[in-house]
Amino acid sequence: MEAIASIDSSDNQYLTFMLADEEYGVDILTVQELRGWEPTTPIPNTPSYVLGVINLRGVVIPIVDLRNRFGLEHMEYGPTTVVVIVKVQEKGKERILGIVVDAVSEVYDIGKADMQPPPEMDGAISIDFVTGLATMNEKMVILLDINRLVHEGILSKAKEVPTEAEEAKEHV
Amino acid sequence: MAKVLIADDMASMRKMVAFTLESSGHEVVQADDGDVALKIAQQQSGFDLVITDVNMPNMDGITLTQELRAIPALKFTPILLLTTEAGKEKKMEGKAAGATGWLVKPFDPDKLLMTIKKVLR
Amino acid sequence: MSIDLEQFKQIFFEESFEGLETMETGLLSMKDGETDLDIVNDIFRAAHSIKGGSATFGFNAVASFTHVMEGLLDEMREGKRQADPDVINILLESVDEISSLMTAYQNQEEPNVEQAQLLQKKLENIFSAGDDEAGGVNTSTADQGEENRCLGWHVEFAPHDNLLLTGNDPLLMLAELGYLGEMSMQMHDEKLPAFADMDPEVCYLKWIVDVLNATDHDPIEEEQITEIFEWVEDECDLNITGIYPERKSEDRRLGDRRIESEQTDRRQADRREGARRPTDKAATAQPTNIRVDTNRIDALIDMVGELVITQSMLGQLGEDFEISKLGRLREGLEELQRNSREIQEAVMKVRMQPISFAFNRFPRMVHDLSQKLDKKIRLELVGEDTEMDKTVMEKINDPLVHLVRNSLDHGLEGPEERLAAGKDEEGTVCLKAFHQGGSIVVEVSDDGRGLDRDRLFAKGVERGLIKETDVLSDEQVYMLLFAAGFSTAEQLSDISGRGVGLDVVRRNIESLGGNTDVRSTLGEGTVFTIRLPLTLAVLDGQLLKAGGQTYVLPLNAIIESLQVDAASVSTLAGDTKMYLLRDAYIPMISLSMLFGTTLSPSSDSNKTDTLLIIVEWADKCIGLLVDELLGQQQVVIKSLETNYQRVAGLSGATILGDGTVSLILDISGLIEMSAKVHEGIAQQ
Repeated sequence: MEAIASIDSSDNQYLTFMLADEEYGVDILTVQELRGWEPTTPIPNTPSYVLGVINLRGVVIPIVDLRNRFGLEHMEYGPTTVVVIVKVQEKGKERILGIVVDAVSEVYDIGKADMQPPPEMDGAISIDFVTGLATMNEKMVILLDINRLVHEGILSKAKEVPTEAEEAKEHV
Repeated sequence: MAKVLIADDMASMRKMVAFTLESSGHEVVQADDGDVALKIAQQQSGFDLVITDVNMPNMDGITLTQELRAIPALKFTPILLLTTEAGKEKKMEGKAAGATGWLVKPFDPDKLLMTIKKVLR
Repeated sequence: MSIDLEQFKQIFFEESFEGLETMETGLLSMKDGETDLDIVNDIFRAAHSIKGGSATFGFNAVASFTHVMEGLLDEMREGKRQADPDVINILLESVDEISSLMTAYQNQEEPNVEQAQLLQKKLENIFSAGDDEAGGVNTSTADQGEENRCLGWHVEFAPHDNLLLTGNDPLLMLAELGYLGEMSMQMHDEKLPAFADMDPEVCYLKWIVDVLNATDHDPIEEEQITEIFEWVEDECDLNITGIYPERKSEDRRLGDRRIESEQTDRRQADRREGARRPTDKAATAQPTNIRVDTNRIDALIDMVGELVITQSMLGQLGEDFEISKLGRLREGLEELQRNSREIQEAVMKVRMQPISFAFNRFPRMVHDLSQKLDKKIRLELVGEDTEMDKTVMEKINDPLVHLVRNSLDHGLEGPEERLAAGKDEEGTVCLKAFHQGGSIVVEVSDDGRGLDRDRLFAKGVERGLIKETDVLSDEQVYMLLFAAGFSTAEQLSDISGRGVGLDVVRRNIESLGGNTDVRSTLGEGTVFTIRLPLTLAVLDGQLLKAGGQTYVLPLNAIIESLQVDAASVSTLAGDTKMYLLRDAYIPMISLSMLFGTTLSPSSDSNKTDTLLIIVEWADKCIGLLVDELLGQQQVVIKSLETNYQRVAGLSGATILGDGTVSLILDISGLIEMSAKVHEGIAQQ
């Protein structure tokens, strides 16, 4: 965590993680904790990227596979697989959920000035969920709007998915 | 420091008066209506002051004052009536019943303490 | 000394809302026009307390409004005014107004003072109509020019002879005057006799005092002066006059009231729209408190005491444990189990509240709506002491309101129609609560026109919910009321037909693990029944395995479980499987198929779908095929919605002893899902 070298109060800190060789960042204030991968209890008739629920110290939280959600190739969960527990807010209501990523990378201070607006990207991830791009150590980091991703890209999506058994079968 | 009996059916008011008095070192006994206050006064002794609300269910503050005056130990104990500015009639009624003074709401901690100092002197 | 009054505000809000409820209940009970002095006294006392507290906490809008209201109540108390419907109605409106002002203060919002002033004006009008003395209250003095500014007060204070005898001390009063501002004083000793003739207990002196506003203080109000001398008013001559520039003094006592704004009374329009009960809003915005009988807390403390004893006993046992002490260890563990069960039950009891909390709003609602609908309606409340979990209660509020509105609006006829039908012109709506097994049942019944089966059927066909050729029982037809997209109201009224149908009521109840039901007799009335679990927090569950997953099934839904006998299975058109159980065909469905869970390779294929559990909900039965039955245990229900969302067929999740999450099955949801699957199959 040596990356937390210079802390400028005007900057936001982002936790970044890897997904299929891409680096993504989320506002560190939304991150509650990091956990290792553990088996989940699958929920019937939900989209395949919702892996199920786990017990987080007495609280039942859903776990989402971000590779799957972004349509990336599936990767077996291993010892480096990390679950990022995030806290998101909507209308004053707080939700906690876990996001499965390949590995956690760095913590960066990224100011508004370092950020570029998201370009049109095809396929994997809708730009609606991207707040911007930043170049850190000559690598590109895609900054995610985690609130929006969870509410529009995961929860409301999950609602649309009907009880089609075929689709539901895939993830179990 | 004085031992004070407070009677008020409004818990917020009663607790506030009690808190104010306790903060300046007085010992406080609380009653949530006149009936209870009278029973306490009959069972316990050593009260230096009684503060009572006028409008209370079961027994109002004026009747309570009358009843308290009938207890020998409380014959000369100061009794303050605590109320929202009621008319002159009510006040005179209280005076006739034997009340020593009148505390007007809105409740003001400083005024309360000053009045108490006055009657306890 | 400065004291933080904040901590007492919350208590005051609670007390005030309680007081407002007392007022409302009292007012409603007098609606027949008879003034009941005891009730008026209660109402007056509540208003008075609210006034005093509001002034203290600086809720001036409430204080000044309550002051006017109190005047009217005082007249009733003195018998000068009767509780006629106009008076009751305006007092009820006033209660609402205080409630909404109070809610604004509670939410730290700016209170809508204009509305309050409007209503205040109405109150004053009633006042002056009956009592000419109060007529001039509204005169307003607009100009408060510089020359009218009061600089201070001139006080002449001449105690009567006996002032000292009654234990009063003029010096203290004068000293208090000095606190108010800059004081200059003259003492007049003309009446002082020669020393030899002097009676030391008589007050011979007279004081003339000028108190001027201090520059760094608020101007002195006349009340502040009279207040000082209030106690000795009858024992002295007192003369207080204002000091003005060039002594241009005049009586300035008029002037506090502003001319009411020329605003139309839109309040009437939005007030009766219902649902806008400010207290409800407060309930969601504020941390909720619960009132608990101290006996229950004492019991809980006793139990915790026992638990501590058990724990220390076990602790000791563990320190030097040998196998010979196994018996005692077992005993200790049993004790521990008993302790925790008792504590759990006791804690649950803490959350139990009488349903009267939910029922209390209805007298007012019925009162208002019966006026609006021009119907004569009597409300009966039965079983108000029935206790239920606070969370359940909060959630049945809206469904109940909906059902009662529905009864008032559609169920009950108007007076003429009732008379014509040979009924009492006054209709009755009854709310009844009682316990039945592990459930609480709430019935909303009316003696109105009842449900018209044929009309419902026709409407069902029209809406495409059923086919003309369907053969349905009465109950099935009535249940159409709860189907989405079905509304019986010929014309949508603003009372119950607001686009939200009874289907929402049903869904809300079902989401709580309950069910709804309706019975009716044409011409005699309708009964809606809501059945809910007593508590939402804990459930007696049957653990089972299906498709490699462990689920929890509510025990009370299980009728029986049996080994599947292939001979009893018959396949209907398509692929619907029915199980013949004692002359009845029960549709059966595999849980793993319903949930789309394929088998994990490790599971023993012999065990697949070998057990049939017959479950029932709302008079419907299905057979669930599962792989294996595990133990029964009490589970704590965790919502899936908290962090995820509602999932069809599940009522929540729980955490098992090994720390894993297990899903809790929702029977009504499963029945619905299986019906859809069967339909789908049939259509293919």
